[in-house]
Amino acid sequence: MTTPVVEAINLAEKFPGKVTADARPGYSGWIISKENLVEVATFIRDEMGYDALTNLCAIDYLEQKMMEVTYQVFKTTGGPVLTFKAQAERVDPIEIPSVVSVWPGAELQEREAYDLYGIRFVGHPDLRRILMWEGFDGYPMRRDWKEAFYEEDAKPLKSRWPEGKHKLAETRATFGDNVAFKPGFDPDKWIPSDPEELLYATLKNYKSEVKDGIKTDHVVVNMGPQHPSTHGVFRAVAVLDGEIVVSIKPVMGYLHRNHEKIGERNTWLQNIPYTDRLDYFNSMYNAWSYALAVEKMMGITVPERAEYIRVIMGELSRIQNHLILFGMLWNDLGSYFTPALYAFEERELILDIFEAVSGSRMMCNYYRFGGVVRDIDEASMKKIKELVFDRLPGKIEEIDRLLSENEIFVSRMKGVGYLSPEDSIAYSVTGPNLRAAGVPYDIRRADPYGIYDRFEFDIPVRHNSDLLDRYHLRMDEIHQSLRILQQALKQITEGPVLAGKPQYTHRVPVGEAYGRVEAPKGELGYYVVSNGKGNPYRYHIRTPSFVNITSMEKMCVGTKIADFVAILGMVDIVLGELDR
Amino acid sequence: MYGYGKGILKGLGVTLKRFVESYLEDLNWIGKKYSAEKTAFHSSKNQRGTFTIEYPEQKLPTPEEFRFVPFLVYDEGESGKKEIRCTSCGICAKACPPQCIWIVRTTDPSTGRPVPQPAEFYIDADICMNCGFCAEYCPFDAIKMDHDYEIASYGRNLLNKERLMKSASYYASIRPLNNAREVEARRAKEAAKAAKAG
Ligand code: SF4
Ligand code: SF4
Repeated sequence: MTTPVVEAINLAEKFPGKVTADARPGYSGWIISKENLVEVATFIRDEMGYDALTNLCAIDYLEQKMMEVTYQVFKTTGGPVLTFKAQAERVDPIEIPSVVSVWPGAELQEREAYDLYGIRFVGHPDLRRILMWEGFDGYPMRRDWKEAFYEEDAKPLKSRWPEGKHKLAETRATFGDNVAFKPGFDPDKWIPSDPEELLYATLKNYKSEVKDGIKTDHVVVNMGPQHPSTHGVFRAVAVLDGEIVVSIKPVMGYLHRNHEKIGERNTWLQNIPYTDRLDYFNSMYNAWSYALAVEKMMGITVPERAEYIRVIMGELSRIQNHLILFGMLWNDLGSYFTPALYAFEERELILDIFEAVSGSRMMCNYYRFGGVVRDIDEASMKKIKELVFDRLPGKIEEIDRLLSENEIFVSRMKGVGYLSPEDSIAYSVTGPNLRAAGVPYDIRRADPYGIYDRFEFDIPVRHNSDLLDRYHLRMDEIHQSLRILQQALKQITEGPVLAGKPQYTHRVPVGEAYGRVEAPKGELGYYVVSNGKGNPYRYHIRTPSFVNITSMEKMCVGTKIADFVAILGMVDIVLGELDR
Repeated sequence: MYGYGKGILKGLGVTLKRFVESYLEDLNWIGKKYSAEKTAFHSSKNQRGTFTIEYPEQKLPTPEEFRFVPFLVYDEGESGKKEIRCTSCGICAKACPPQCIWIVRTTDPSTGRPVPQPAEFYIDADICMNCGFCAEYCPFDAIKMDHDYEIASYGRNLLNKERLMKSASYYASIRPLNNAREVEARRAKEAAKAAKAG
């Protein structure tokens, strides 16, 4: 399959005075004047066919006194992303029009940019903080914002060598001083003055009504943050009419650690082990996208063998990701832990391989710019082959037999959580859930990276867009992953696994890059900007969990609250990458 | 509805098979329950029966590349003197992502010039993310990742130079292949140097 040609329309000619080409060295795409953003964005969507927005993030150009918002959009028919930007002077209040009216999937991402950069998106339906909390002072991703443990703008820190007298971190910023509050704000005395205003206001306001002589009320239910079905610390606030969900909002950020800020302090290389902590089930896939972005800027080509190893590890990772999802879903649906542990057995065998090859079961730290850190040893190669050719096909079939046709299970899933294909695209849903809505979009085919164009495999599609289809689709995907693995294991050749010599510092030319991969949960993208120094100037991660949750409300309204558990389970979130 | 319940029965068949298997498989290992052979069987393609192992009686073998909090390698010199390999070059401290390595370089008191040896060397093991960068980029094979993962304690795990030092023979025992490769590389380097000098 060939990659569709890059968009030929010259936006600058089409919209003179409103759009200019981004001519900064190392940059690409278009700069749209913010007054005309919505107009041009609508054109991009309707006339040029970029129906889905994938990434939206802010960049603080402190020296240039400018805030920029970058948008990456794609066509669900395939092809690379289109990048455009809007800029605003860096003087508060910073305002940029919201594109939620064009791509509803921008909702949470705009809230994130507002929360971390203080950009006000005019026209956004619900602009509130999202990862930070209401009493928090400042916008932590701004270049001039400093954290409590701040030492220097960038690592390596001078205090570590050659005069590295150790100091305990907790003595440098003691408990109580390690957080910044708004002036006059006392956390012990603070009561949200009007909770309605903060969160519940965004859920629809209801008045009690009289039905058949009985006065009824809607009930607000908080699911989480410690609810077992939320798979971590995720909270959803729902308004219920009896058992039926009338409105629901996600609340998140409990695991927020400002990963992106840490990433800007880190050197380029130091970010790789941190990516393992995003979607901690797929650390073998996470760094791929980051490596792609940086390799693009540095112009490195990855050796053949390393490309094969990436595919092998990536697809193994996809299989074990889907197995976890099945296990946890069955658990959520009440079959308790027996099936979950069956699914985990196969996963453990895959993790054994990861451990032998990379040194760790879950925090693999296996990718390097220009390849991978070490070759697969012979014993592990043998084990991978045994798993892929002999064991997994049979075991997957057994897992399929275990519950796929179980009548209780099927009745809990059939027709539940429907999201139309149009809505799926509009809400930027990617990954298995998009394909279960009948949209055959998979980056491995639509915008191929690595060597995926060499393998024969199908993109499974299902059409009912309910939970059952999402479940079956993932089962199909495991079979396709096995197909890819079988081909890769036959084709792989000997050779080096890393381009050049191992280095711990990297020179990355000035510019920007967006790397994207089809991670098991959906599109995982890294938007990185280099200013030529040893650390990324901007390091943004577009994670599938975070963006896919945008459509949660759409899927839940009208269903029973008990179904929310299954719907959320099927969105396949992991809090490490949802909160970052 | 005709056939309703077939799916449930099919699934229960799987559970039943597994249930029986776990007993049958145990029969094969009578008297060898804690053997290395049995542990190896656990992570083989033929694995069946009970999947869990009984830690701490049974432990999964750690593969050679397994990495846990690093240690400093010393060579045993004459009369058992510990000769630390580290030259306090600082590369590991610079590469370390959470910046948990702290090194004080030794200076010669008479000349005030740096001596290639660390005076103090700390690893804040509670901050260490076990990434292995320090071992990967150390040019002197002086810092290596450990296999000993049982280091839980009630306090802070701040490891100083004394605690960090482990012998080269220990290193060779946990990472035989890596060690052999490195010994060979060092020998080749020495030989090249000698040839150049000669
Ligand atoms: S351990 Fe290695 S990298 Fe670290 S200071 Fe010593 S010699 Fe340098
Ligand atoms: S393993 Fe990684 S985090 Fe730990 S000391 Fe070495 S470089 Fe630092």
